[in-house]
Formats: sequence, C-alpha cells, structure tokens
Amino acid sequence: MNTHNTTNKKSTTQSPSEPVDIETLKALSRKGRWLVMSTVAASKAGHIGGPLSAMDMFVALYFRQLNIDPEHPDDPHRDRFILSKGHNAIGLYSVLAMRGYFPIEELKTFDHGDSRLQGHPDMLKTPGIDISSGSLGQGLSVGIGMALGAKKLGKSFHTWVMLGDGECQEGMVWEAILSAPRFKLDNLTAIIDLNGLELYGWEAGPNDRFDRGEPLGHVDLPSVFHGFGWNVIEIDGNDFTSILGGFDKAMANRGSGKPSIILAKTTKGAGVSFTSGTYKWHNGVATPEQLAIARDELKQGEEDKSAISTREGEQS
Amino acid sequence: MTSMRQAWGETLVELGRDNDKLTVVDADLAPSTKATLFESAYPQRFIQAGIAEQNAVGMAAGLASLGFIPWLSSFGVFFTQRSLDQIRMLVSQTHMNVKFGGAYSGLLNGSSGKTHEDVEDIAIMRAMPNMTVLSPADAEETKAAVRWATGYDMPVYLRLSRDDAGDLPEAGNDDGFAIGQPKVLRKASDMASSKTSINSDSTSTYGSVVLISTGAQSIRTLESADLLASAGLQTTVIHLPSIKPLDETAILEAIGDARYVFTVEEHSIYGGIGGLVSEIVAGRPRSAQPGVHGSATADAMAPQVVRIGLNDEWTQCGPNDFLLDRYGLSAQRVAQKVEETVGIA
Ligand SMILES: Cc1ncc(C[n+]2csc(CCOP(=O)(O)OP(=O)(O)O)c2C)c(N)n1
Repeated sequence: MNTHNTTNKKSTTQSPSEPVDIETLKALSRKGRWLVMSTVAASKAGHIGGPLSAMDMFVALYFRQLNIDPEHPDDPHRDRFILSKGHNAIGLYSVLAMRGYFPIEELKTFDHGDSRLQGHPDMLKTPGIDISSGSLGQGLSVGIGMALGAKKLGKSFHTWVMLGDGECQEGMVWEAILSAPRFKLDNLTAIIDLNGLELYGWEAGPNDRFDRGEPLGHVDLPSVFHGFGWNVIEIDGNDFTSILGGFDKAMANRGSGKPSIILAKTTKGAGVSFTSGTYKWHNGVATPEQLAIARDELKQGEEDKSAISTREGEQS
Repeated sequence: MTSMRQAWGETLVELGRDNDKLTVVDADLAPSTKATLFESAYPQRFIQAGIAEQNAVGMAAGLASLGFIPWLSSFGVFFTQRSLDQIRMLVSQTHMNVKFGGAYSGLLNGSSGKTHEDVEDIAIMRAMPNMTVLSPADAEETKAAVRWATGYDMPVYLRLSRDDAGDLPEAGNDDGFAIGQPKVLRKASDMASSKTSINSDSTSTYGSVVLISTGAQSIRTLESADLLASAGLQTTVIHLPSIKPLDETAILEAIGDARYVFTVEEHSIYGGIGGLVSEIVAGRPRSAQPGVHGSATADAMAPQVVRIGLNDEWTQCGPNDFLLDRYGLSAQRVAQKVEETVGIA
C-alpha cells in the first residue's frame, strides 16, 4: 500500500527493546519540542501550539508504548497510530525522526516542495504514517476500521488515535464515538488532547461572549463517554508518570469489550514560555531571538546553535 | 495592493454599517479568512460555530430563514466538500440567502498541501442549481462582488485567494462588476501595431488565440499574454469574474472565430472553466446560413479548446512559485504551452 521509498537510517536514539526511563523521555520531549520550533522557523510555516501540547504523548507512544519497528514501517503486525489532528504533523515527524524512521536532518525539508514531509501527514510519502490526515475529524473513524479489521483478521495489534479538542466539534467524531462501543473495540484507544484552545474560536479566560470558552469546556466529558459506553481514563498529558499510567490502564482494558478514551489535560504550546497557553501560537514562526529563548528553556546544547545560525541566514 | 480575503473582510465591515442583518458565521478560521475584521467591528453579529462546517451551514440556513444575511467564513474546500449535502439541501434547494466566503481558493494555500487545496470547487458549485459562483481577480473586483452578493437574495459562493496576486489593469475594472459578464482584458486587435498581430488577420499562420481565465490566475494570464506578445503572438485575454451565471453569447462574441481557446485556471481541468468554455463552444447554435458571421468557415471550424489547469493528480505543499511552475500555471509555463500548441515553440 505505502509507496514511499524508504531510506531509513539506523536509529540514532533508542532501540525498541531497551526500556526508556522517565528522565530519558523528558529529554526526548525537550529535543522534540526544539525540533518543532527550529524546523517551523526554518520552513517559515507550520504549527507550534498543538505539536508542543501533544509532544509528551508522542514521545511516550513512540518510545514506550507502541509495538513498532522503524526498520519495518509497514510490518502488518505493528500497532497503528493515527494523528487525526493532522496539522500537528511536525510534532509527529520530529518523534518519528528521533525514533529512527528517517534522518533528523530530513526535517529541514519539512513543508518544502517535493519533500517526503508534507505540511500534513501523507501516508504515501512518509515512512511511519499509517493514514493521511489534515481535514479534521476523520481519524477516529479510520481507527475504528483498523481495530475492527484487526479483530476480523485475528491480529493482536492495538490502534491509537489522537484527536484535538477543537477537532471534536466535528460531527463525524461523534458518529465514531457512538459506533466504536457497538463494535466492542477494546483494541482501540483514543486520546483527546485537551489543551482548551483551537486555531482561534475560543479564547481562554473570562469573556461575556456566549460562544466563548474552551471548545469542549461546557461538556462533562467523563460522563458523556461513560454514557456512550467507553472506558474513561483521565490523565495529565504533560506528565510522563500520568501518561504512562493512562496507557497501562488502556492496555489493561483489553478483553473488556470496551474502547478506551484518554482525556489528556495539556497546555497548548507547553514547554516554551512564550508559546504556552495561547491560541496565537497555534501556528507561527519564531524569530531568531525567540528561538534562542526556546533553545535555552528546552536546554538544547551548543551543537544546536549552528542550526539556529544557518537558519537565521535563511530568513528573508 | 490588498489581498482578496482582506478586501472581503473590509467590505463586510463597510456593508455591516447600514445593514444590521449582516452576520458572519465562522468555522474557526477567522484570522485566516479575515473575518476578524467584521468581528472587531460588530462582535455581536459574529458567530463562532467552531470546527463544525456542517453545523455552521445549518445554522446559517436557520439564520437566513429569519431574515439574516449570513456570510460563512472558512476555507472553500471545507465548505464545498465537507458540507456539500448541507449546502445542497439546506441552502440551494431552499433558495436560502446564505453566502459563502470561500477563502484560500485554488492551489495556493500557504503550503498546507493537498488536503487544503481548493481545486474542485468550481465543478462542484456550478453544478448546484440556484448557486451563484463568483471568482474575482483582485481586491477591487472582490469588493464589488461582495457588495453585489450581499444585495442579492439568493445563495452565493465567492472564491477568495489567500495571497495578493496583484491588481487587474484599469481597463479591466472600467465596467465595475456586472454579474454574468466576462471581462475582455485585452484584445489581440488592440495590439495591431505589431506586424505579427493575428487575431483580425486572416492570413496569420497561427490563427487567432484567446486565453480565458478566472480568479487570481487572470493576472498571471495577462503576464502570459505579455510573454507571448514578445514572442510574436498577440492574444485576446478574457477574465471570468462570474462563473455562474455567465452570458454565453458574450463569451462566444469575445471568442469570435478564434482557432484556439486556452482556458487557464487554478482548478482541476475537469469541470472548471475549461469544461464550462468547452460546453459553451460545443453548444454554439448553428446559424441557418453558414458564413454569416464574417468568416466563411466560422460555423465549420469550432476553436480547439485547450484546458490548462491541474491534471488528474493530487499535488503537494510548497511555495507559490514552486507550485505554479510544477503544475504548469506560472505565466511562463502557460505561455510555453500556448506556443507549443500553436506551433511557434
Ligand atoms: C475540516 C477542517 N476544518 C478546519 C480546519 C482548519 N484548522 C486546522 S487546525 C484547526 C484548529 C484545531 O484545534 P485542535 O483540534 O484543538 O488542535 P490543537 O489545538 O491540539 O492543535 C483548524 C480550525 C481543518 N484543518 N479541517
């Protein structure tokens, strides 16, 4: 199915079999956030807020949870991951690169013409992408198809889907939420990245406008998902202990006949002070000064300064 | 220079002053579509529907049924493809007074790539009964189109480009915005000083050549015409700010007895203005007496219609110049295609 020409290099980071401790995960997250900030700055286009809020979960998935092998991205037995909020592509690409699906160097081509790393995930181009996305709201349905198909084929892999809370306003998401329990898909886990902000729609904070507030702020999500027949898990999506605990609960739910939903509280733009907690960095391009601040906050080493300075030269 | 989306937002602010029924229903893209301009001016008439385009179209239909004039704000692609059934049943079949601000029309969408390319909307929307489809070329024409659409009590789909493409030359703007009328931006015969001018010259080796385009592409098509002129080929350039309705007689008149008609569009070659012009040309009524239109062969010789646009493939992300060049829509690539076809390459 995938027609990408795979030129995978050996993973420069972890081998799948080695257990990764929380300190290492934290370091990988900081590195991932730095790759997001610097790549978007170099490409002069891309999303920041969502990739940063979800970064800890991307790292936990790819370095602790998913049963995958970067050397064999099309292995039929691999766990599946669907980034339903496809605009977070650079977050996922950064983690795929660190995990060894393609060279970290290749991130420099992000969003360029003829690049394997398109602005939104393209399963025909990038190794490790299980389904294309970019038009919001469609990923959970695909996850249902994969989980249902796995059951029919007698395969034991697990399917994971990550959604944005803004994205959950799409009707199709609720069609999927309604149907997954009907198929008893305990091999499916959906994660909602509850960062409370979307592209613009709802500014956080006090406001007298009737249509203001968090996208799902008026919804009692745990009750709703219980009512729909899901196994509900609540976590802090920017805390590794909480994330890994949540993933364990989802896996322990296999055999129960219910899909799991992980409600992950996060901060949009997490990890970098000036991008944190604002819709204004949903997308955006950091200046060289801002990049330097981000680099310090993310404790990235001297070797990354060179990345900044060459990219500075590219700024028009 | 102002971008079309900026002109859209500014004109809504202007119209909102005298019309308290004017509302904007946004699907979480106001900073991109520039609906934020309207929100700042009239916060109580700006409704945030969130990332729920189908719901937004339904809400707009409900508002319109009470006499409001809702302009929807999103990327064209998310309306025409995500909410197609809602547009069909709740807006088009009901004659509902709903307007669509289809931002980021065409191929050039700020490098979001193929998921965000709005390159089938003409085909989709012009097939929809009761739907007016407008595709201005620049800011001035956008302003005129928004004014016209707001005053027209039926559904309208308006295509808006993301980036400044430039301004149509004055000549193109003289007659303002006349619904249904093609604009002849340049006539080959106006360039008669050139010894190779051919449109009115029946001895020409190439036969006369007409270029037809729409939206922001029309400005680039004028550039193509300049390149062709310097290569010795004078062309007539026609711009379609109104795709539906369209005065077919006026189009046929403007085409005259051209040997070649090239349609150029940031849209699929299937069902866009290439299809539209082909339909008009193929449907040209036969006159009772052959030859009455001045040329003995006018009836016998329909022009060859060459459709330039996106072929049967999905594209990718990248900067505007890269995409235009790669997919054959830069001024140079279009001129080259014309030269090859008429045989002067
Ligand atoms: C169907 C559709 N409508 C609109 C958009 C434009 N868009 C891209 S991202 C975004 C906001 C997404 O917010 P959320 O799902 O909360 O993502 P996060 O904040 O986690 O990045 C919007 C409206 C889109 N890509 N697809």
